[in-house]
Amino acid sequence: MAEKRTLDVALGTTGVDERGLPVTVPLGFEVPDAGAVEEAPEVGGEHMLLNMGPQHPATHGVLRLVVELDGEVVIRVIPHVGYLHSGFEKLGEYRHYNQIVPLTDRMDYLAPMANNVCLAMAAEKLMGIAITERCKVLRVIACEISRIISHLVWLGTTGIDIGAITPFLWMFQEREKFYNLQEAWTGARLTTSLTRVGGLMADIPDGFEDGLRATCRSLLGVMAEVDRVLTRNGVWVGRTQGIGVLTAEEATNMSMSGAMLRASGVDYDVRKDRPYLDYETYDFEVPIGEHGDVYDRYLVRFEEVLQSVRILDQALDRLPDGPINVADHRVILPPKHAAMTDMESMIHHFKQVMEGVPAPVGEAYFSLESPKGELGYYFVSDGTAKPVRWRVRPPAFINLSALSKMAQGHLLSDLIAINASVDIVMGEVDR
Amino acid sequence: MNPSADALERHFGSAIRRVTESCGDTIVYVELGRLREILAWLKDTPDQAYIYLVDVTAVEYREPERPLEVVYELFAFSRKVGLRVKAELPKDQPLEVDSMVPLWAGANWLEREVYDMFGITFRGHPDLRRILMWETYAEGYPLRKDFPLRGRFSRSEQVRQALNANPEAHYSLEELGIAESYQELPADMRGRLARGERGQIAEPKGGA
Amino acid sequence: MGVIATPDRSPGSVVSQVSPNWLTTRVDFLVNWARSNSMWPMPFGTACCAIEFMAAAASRYDIARFGMERMSFSPRQADVLICAGRLPFKLAPVIRRIYDQMPQPKWVISMGACASTGGIFDNYAMVQGIDTVVPVDVYVPGCPPRPEGLLYGILLLQKKIRGETLADPSIRIEQTLDEHGLRLSPERIDELSEPFGNSLHQTRSA
Repeated sequence: MAEKRTLDVALGTTGVDERGLPVTVPLGFEVPDAGAVEEAPEVGGEHMLLNMGPQHPATHGVLRLVVELDGEVVIRVIPHVGYLHSGFEKLGEYRHYNQIVPLTDRMDYLAPMANNVCLAMAAEKLMGIAITERCKVLRVIACEISRIISHLVWLGTTGIDIGAITPFLWMFQEREKFYNLQEAWTGARLTTSLTRVGGLMADIPDGFEDGLRATCRSLLGVMAEVDRVLTRNGVWVGRTQGIGVLTAEEATNMSMSGAMLRASGVDYDVRKDRPYLDYETYDFEVPIGEHGDVYDRYLVRFEEVLQSVRILDQALDRLPDGPINVADHRVILPPKHAAMTDMESMIHHFKQVMEGVPAPVGEAYFSLESPKGELGYYFVSDGTAKPVRWRVRPPAFINLSALSKMAQGHLLSDLIAINASVDIVMGEVDR
Repeated sequence: MNPSADALERHFGSAIRRVTESCGDTIVYVELGRLREILAWLKDTPDQAYIYLVDVTAVEYREPERPLEVVYELFAFSRKVGLRVKAELPKDQPLEVDSMVPLWAGANWLEREVYDMFGITFRGHPDLRRILMWETYAEGYPLRKDFPLRGRFSRSEQVRQALNANPEAHYSLEELGIAESYQELPADMRGRLARGERGQIAEPKGGA
Repeated sequence: MGVIATPDRSPGSVVSQVSPNWLTTRVDFLVNWARSNSMWPMPFGTACCAIEFMAAAASRYDIARFGMERMSFSPRQADVLICAGRLPFKLAPVIRRIYDQMPQPKWVISMGACASTGGIFDNYAMVQGIDTVVPVDVYVPGCPPRPEGLLYGILLLQKKIRGETLADPSIRIEQTLDEHGLRLSPERIDELSEPFGNSLHQTRSA
């Protein structure tokens, strides 16, 4: 019986036509100068083109997957993104640096405080500001809380995709406890807007430290339960082991980051390799996988939650007293009582609110380890208070580009598991 | 200053236009025509080993006479150093750059996004289509400075174009590289594909 | 916290000849009670509001109390389309198609500021309110609205449904679209999309 073949058309971009669109190669059985077509296409094969999304329960947001199927086997999957493109980078050019902070919440909305911290640190790198010690530790706490809640959502939704629906409710119940803490600190459950350039919007309230310790204890109990339910579960292992394998070379070449990269065996964590916020002084480990399959990504993220709890304990122990904002009130708002009574503070307040804080001419790229991977913000400044260019290096977008490579040859239900293992959040993919 | 900058200057000479440092990052401006060669050297030379492409993006400045810049952010795992390589694209010439997909597969979607947002085409890219906006998006390239924040058309025109864009109807040729299902496609889609068209959105009647 | 929107009644709507009487009001009560207490939501979750929607569906806030735990991801079996999150232009034909695929009776809840008015995204990419694309029954403001806010919006929708009557079929008429696919006139869409508040100040890039 003849092998089923598909027609591969070479699509080298030969140029741009008069409308400014790339010249396309017309589909036909006589393809001029294509180069890649060696044989006549097989007639009578049966491949199905299936469109999943953009509205679909398993695609984790508005992602459209066009899947070429031979029965249940995925021959090719092409993700289409952009259904949540909100023009963040364009909006950033019209905002002062502090006004961009609320925008960052809405990109990776599962880990908002990590985005906020990344923005503040990128702007501080650009402006050459060194933050206070208390602010550093609080930002570490914010980043690790974000890592935990993002991984909890990931576990819950991946469980649903693979068929384990109960952990979803457990995870969301634990998230509610973290949401209580976030709400007490920032006033918002989800869109926290925690940081400002040079500091934070507010210090942690009374009872936050005890609440966080208690939440971490209960979280460890729930994670132990999830471990009992999933990690050695025959169905879970059967559906995730050997699925969606990405080798270390492939993962590096495809610019993967985060758990996608580490599960394939590459030891790259921005916290260890390009440390920020004194992460080199914290005692934690970074889990590295071996096989690069969905199961390893599950184990890596699971362990990252436990390591985050470890970091949180250390951070709470070392939390120093002192101010959270830098002393320079040209950069950060003075305390309200000073702005109401002292002329100089009032002028600082006025200038920052009306004009924003100008950044020196230059550019800066800062990245941190967000739960999705290496989240980087690249600012280019021309000396004004609004950036010339704000580029978000989106880990989820880049990780998603590996989907077609990972899913080839697997079954359709495995495609769902692989898609879940990428841990995408469409707000970040599409920005 | 990253020592790779010196190594580049020694190896490529005048192709390295200038080297600057900003906020602790080393930035190397290179000649556009030799960009692929330089990035390949940075990736493949054992003591450079920038095997990880962090990001590809572009920058347009507010001053209209300044050229666009295409920016490559690289990282070497072995030495834990990063490098930024830029090439300038003058606006009076066609905005074309060699694609880096043969070097790093991760450049695929990143370059598509730069094309979508800036209109810079990448020679040799396997599938250069818009990625964030829909393929028949007619307003332009959003991140250019001459593109207004709210877009060029009125809101009602934008809604009309969006509702008629029908992104699902424009499967890429890669998706439809299945000769077998060609027969099952609707006749108008077959005609469109045979002619290599991307489809048009009808002009509004009576002007809008 | 929520706002009840009046339906766009196209001219020439036919009001039933049956005048309301004791029997029709009893039937109305029964039908509306059944509909309002077992709405099957179609979660059109796009962004951050979808996470708060998921939190509303989870154990703590639990929309199962209101009969809405059965998420219908197929529009054919759904009653209420909850647009949770921002709607970019690329997604506009998708929500229109999904709305069209839902059978009557159907309602739409616009959850969040972005779905109601475009939110903080007054730019080239964002639909300035889903009501330019689909008719909306309840708007729930917030960024994102707390789950309690969404629940209040759901309760308002239930109240609205209980106020409906079978004697007036015009409320269940599918609104016709013009030849471009628009449900409102272009002037009305431009008027609804007018920037307001802080959006007015974001015209200068530097």
